[in-house]
Amino acid sequence: MNNNAYKENLISRRKEYPEKVFKGIFLLSALVSVLSVIAIIIFVFSKGLQPFFGEDAYSFLEFITGLKWDPGNDVYGVFYMIVGSLLATLGAIVLGVPIGLLTAVFIAELAPKELVAFIKPAIELLAGIPSVIYGAFGLGVIVPIINEISPTGQGESLLAVICVLTIMVLPTIISLSEASIRAVPKSYREASLGLGASKTQTIFKTVIPAARSGILTATVLGIGRAIGETMAVMMIAGNNIGGLPTSIWSKVRPLTTNIAMEMGYASGRHQDMLFATGVILFLFIMVINITLTKLTGKLGDKGRSK
Amino acid sequence: MMKLRKVLVAVLTIAMIAALSGCGKQDNTTTDNEETTSSPEATATPGTEETADTTESPAQDLSGTITITGSTSVEKPLTAMIDEFMALNPDVTINYTGTGSSAGIADTLAGANDIGTSSRTLKSEEEVDGLKEVVFAYDGIAVAVNPANPITDISTEDLAKIFSGQITNWSEVGGNDASIVVVSREGASGTRDAFEELIKLEDAGGLLEDATVVEGNGNVQTSVAGNENAIGYVSFSFIDETVKSINVDGVEGTPENAKSGVYPLSRPFLFVYMEDKATPAVQAFIDFSLSEEGQGFVEENGGIRID
Repeated sequence: MNNNAYKENLISRRKEYPEKVFKGIFLLSALVSVLSVIAIIIFVFSKGLQPFFGEDAYSFLEFITGLKWDPGNDVYGVFYMIVGSLLATLGAIVLGVPIGLLTAVFIAELAPKELVAFIKPAIELLAGIPSVIYGAFGLGVIVPIINEISPTGQGESLLAVICVLTIMVLPTIISLSEASIRAVPKSYREASLGLGASKTQTIFKTVIPAARSGILTATVLGIGRAIGETMAVMMIAGNNIGGLPTSIWSKVRPLTTNIAMEMGYASGRHQDMLFATGVILFLFIMVINITLTKLTGKLGDKGRSK
Repeated sequence: MMKLRKVLVAVLTIAMIAALSGCGKQDNTTTDNEETTSSPEATATPGTEETADTTESPAQDLSGTITITGSTSVEKPLTAMIDEFMALNPDVTINYTGTGSSAGIADTLAGANDIGTSSRTLKSEEEVDGLKEVVFAYDGIAVAVNPANPITDISTEDLAKIFSGQITNWSEVGGNDASIVVVSREGASGTRDAFEELIKLEDAGGLLEDATVVEGNGNVQTSVAGNENAIGYVSFSFIDETVKSINVDGVEGTPENAKSGVYPLSRPFLFVYMEDKATPAVQAFIDFSLSEEGQGFVEENGGIRID
């Protein structure tokens, strides 16, 4: 015993040097992401706010409320894009959260092991598919189907975007929800079942409420994924140059695709305006993250105090 | 058990450090390799360039500054040519500013530039003595519809009405009773600029707000191929069996018709310069643009070669 302690002491002293080195490596790694965020913020904001200041500044109000994007005629309005982005995200979350949550419950609580062994890898694979493949799938399968049923005779639409985004947010929502459901203590379920509640009642009245903090986090990340998705939606959104979407058959032009489509050969003010679009997108993601982080914190506390 | 784990940790740490340092060494050796392999190339390339120089332009050691202003449509092939020319002739500096064809020609007439670029033919009042025009490329745009569409011909007026949303049904231009799906390009596209200019879309009220906008010629092709009632426009090279190119004002869209100018959706890319003021460098650059290499840049950037 004594001998052992002595040896350990020796080892720990010998390890001191690598400990310090690794501490440095860890710190360096942490700094990479922090510095990246700061650099991105400075770069995007300084470029994106440029057109609204100085001589012949573009009116910010016109930019944020404009309903037409026509760089050829110096018209830059992004309001209809904001609406399009929000509607697409909303649609994906409204469809994706229930489907994802029920899938998570099924995997965590109900499905037999053999089935889980089949479903889980499938979901993980879904998460790993590059977004351009989703876009190609949307263009090749979903758009032609909507072509047939849409009153406008055209498949590129808000509906197509929502369909593809729903599939894309599912893996995030499922895996996080499942983890939080599994983290609910077994005693909760036993108590609920012991009081005479059925399995379904236990799930909806006990397990899901106890896991809501994790489910909400899953939703936040799903929203982040949906609003930031670019490549897949660019191929199926229609990207109209103006006008608010009036129905699910309308075309939309999400903020992300506006940047991706035109950055390649935009110059001068046009390019600055694309950065300004990026600023709007950035603000959106920041607002969503902050409000929902606060919300998760609150709900999480409530769940714990109960 | 504990001991074993600690030993394992120590071994792994050592392994990791070894791997990291190994990486570093490997990197070094590869860069060394690259350097040694690239150095003979580096010595070889100037040699070939020099010989190319002597064959292409007898007047060696070109120097000076060339100012080019004019059409923005020629930007892509032109800047590619400028970069290559300046790499071949390090003493020559070429500045290009896109100001529009009319401004470019006016600058040349006023002596404010060395070469003017134009993406339209000269007007009669612009053709003065001593002004030389050289066509270095042609630009042609095909109107693409789905192969299932019975339409074979369309007028430029109808195109303007379709793309501005005044005509919304194919039956109005002799097709099926179906609404027209308009496919256009992103705002920064030179093809879009050229197309809208050639059909005079601005006079008809500008592009329909609800038009589908896609990125690149390839996506226009895919969109039109995927929708029976779609109409779009692409560079000639993007017409294949999946989309049908229709005649415009009764003329088939072929590179030959574009070169001869009878196809309405075509235009020449011109250099204009005052012949008596042209320096050897200006002459060399224009010769370069017409050479096999210069024409290669035209083709690479979606233009039609002059030969």
